[in-house]
Amino acid sequence: METTTQTPPVEEPKLWGLLAEYPDEAALKIAAEKVRDAGYQKWDCYTPYPVHGLDQAMGVRPTILPWLVLGAGLTGCAVATALQWYCNSPQTANPTAGLLAGYPLVFSGKPYWSLPANIPIIFELTVLFAALMTFFGVWGLSRLPQPYFPAFNSPRFRRVTDDGFFIILEARDKVFRLDQARQLLLDTNSSAVEEILSLQRRTP
Amino acid sequence: MTTETDNTPDNPRQRATLILGETGQSLHEVTVAVAGVAEAPPPPRAWYVAMAISLSLLGVLGLMVLYLFFTGVGVWNLNRPVGWAFDITNFVFWVGIGHAGTLISAILFLFRQKWRTSINRFAEAMTIFAVACAGLFPAIHIGRVWVFYWLFPYPNQMAMWPNYLSPLLWDVFAVSTYATVSVLFWYMGMVPDLATFRDRAKSKIAYYSYGIFSLGWRGSNRHWHIYERAYLILAALATPLVLSVHSVVSFDFAVSQLPGWHTTIFPPYFVTGAIFSGFAMVVTLAVPARELFGLKNFITLRHIDNMAKVILLTSCIVGYAYSMEFFIAWYGGNSWEQFHFHNRLNGPMWWAGWTMLTCNAIVPHVLWFKSVRTSVWVLFVVSLLVNVGMWFERYVIIVVGLTRDFLPSSWGSYAPSYVEVLTLLGSFGLFLTLFLLFCRYLPMVAMAEVKSILPSQQHREEHGHEHEKV
Repeated sequence: METTTQTPPVEEPKLWGLLAEYPDEAALKIAAEKVRDAGYQKWDCYTPYPVHGLDQAMGVRPTILPWLVLGAGLTGCAVATALQWYCNSPQTANPTAGLLAGYPLVFSGKPYWSLPANIPIIFELTVLFAALMTFFGVWGLSRLPQPYFPAFNSPRFRRVTDDGFFIILEARDKVFRLDQARQLLLDTNSSAVEEILSLQRRTP
Repeated sequence: MTTETDNTPDNPRQRATLILGETGQSLHEVTVAVAGVAEAPPPPRAWYVAMAISLSLLGVLGLMVLYLFFTGVGVWNLNRPVGWAFDITNFVFWVGIGHAGTLISAILFLFRQKWRTSINRFAEAMTIFAVACAGLFPAIHIGRVWVFYWLFPYPNQMAMWPNYLSPLLWDVFAVSTYATVSVLFWYMGMVPDLATFRDRAKSKIAYYSYGIFSLGWRGSNRHWHIYERAYLILAALATPLVLSVHSVVSFDFAVSQLPGWHTTIFPPYFVTGAIFSGFAMVVTLAVPARELFGLKNFITLRHIDNMAKVILLTSCIVGYAYSMEFFIAWYGGNSWEQFHFHNRLNGPMWWAGWTMLTCNAIVPHVLWFKSVRTSVWVLFVVSLLVNVGMWFERYVIIVVGLTRDFLPSSWGSYAPSYVEVLTLLGSFGLFLTLFLLFCRYLPMVAMAEVKSILPSQQHREEHGHEHEKV
């Protein structure tokens, strides 16, 4: 029997981006403004907590999430109203509809359809749909979960969830030229600048 | 007891310090202090002792529930006319406990109360575990638990649908929405902190498990931007939701005709009572936890003092609601209503009525004294009494109401069976087991949020603004 050793295809590690570290959020904000003004698009700041004023410094446009949530909330409202009307309405009590036939219930001579009694469920489903959209929307718009991220290769970058403030310029950006990018980051009071390569594995 | 830094005095010219510590509280020190709880190889011995007790109680709960399933609801002492007793009392009690967590995480967030950051994670976890306990009781009290899904509207061979005019069905929707939203809120808030745990992980198991649940979070500002907006939206959704949940729970009673139940004051009265009991439970858990895990610099005397003030305020409102019930019973001139409230304090279950009144409306008034609010263990005892009182409040409303309705010929009596008592105790086992596991393996304090309110960071922020002007 012939044994073959499989070797993974060797690929040259490519430059993925340039990482710069900053001592605090004030230095980061000033640097972010400079990078923004230099015309970069594929870049980001990385901080251990949300830094106020950084959105303006970076020129991040407001997220569309609130509109998605509004849409989901209105959907929930409509679904709950329709559901409650459909299930207990004589108009839908059609025996040929099988499992989906409505079932009009008579309680104490109350009407089949009475909006005040249906409001609690309308409210709850509105909130439920909106909350689900918020939760899944935040990850969808952020393109998460993303288990692999090239900067995770850098031991320095691990401090981002602790006390590190970083800027990464991605190499795929149209205006990215390594020398100019390095110079830009060195000019912004960064405490360190390093290259990030893709295609490496990090171990704990 | 060690002496504690007193950061309670208010000086309007200066923001109070919310995070204490000797060495300036750098960002890294916050990480070390919070992550250290989960990373320390052996937890404190008290944790093992508490875990052993909680697991035993959880085992008791399991046995009692199995006994119930295999034998039937007859193992409980429910009867006619007392069709609800411990089961629904426990349900209302536990749902109420959960409300403080949502109040702290959502309502105080909307009000920009920065002191919430030290306790919100913790309180949200408490909410979820309390709602888990609450969900248990309606689920097991329905008799044939294996058809619990009949509660939900789904197309079925019987061609029947639920009755949307019933508050019991509103409850199904309200409580399941509440549980879902609480879990989403808690988990979403925890993702950045799980990423911190991932980046500090020493073992492969920790690295991969925190790695999976942190979703690849990396503190990207483009993510923070969406995340912060989402957090605000969830807080804005959770605020009316939490008010609706206990209102709907109160409709279970208020919509019926029974004297003592049929009142319009119930929704606000129930919501306040829920916040009251929930804050008491937060104090009950926070006082030992800060002692045990060395979190006194995060959960400071000021936090304890603030929580005591909320307890005092809600106690006053609950006391007002009690007085108003008695007043309306007298003023309304309805003889059944008058009899019910007379019966509450003088009937065969007078002891339950007086326990509720003493623990909820009288004892908390010691919190007017600052010396009591800042002596944590005295406050701990007060919070335990409030928990007892609030459990009895629901017991009095439900059982005293049901034993004496309109016709003396249909009166009855009730005393719990051992199964009911042990199921209640067992639910504490479920709650505490989940809570102890949470303390050990998950970030107990919202690190990312605490970091954003550190005095050193605020100073830097001001400095940064000056720099921008130049």
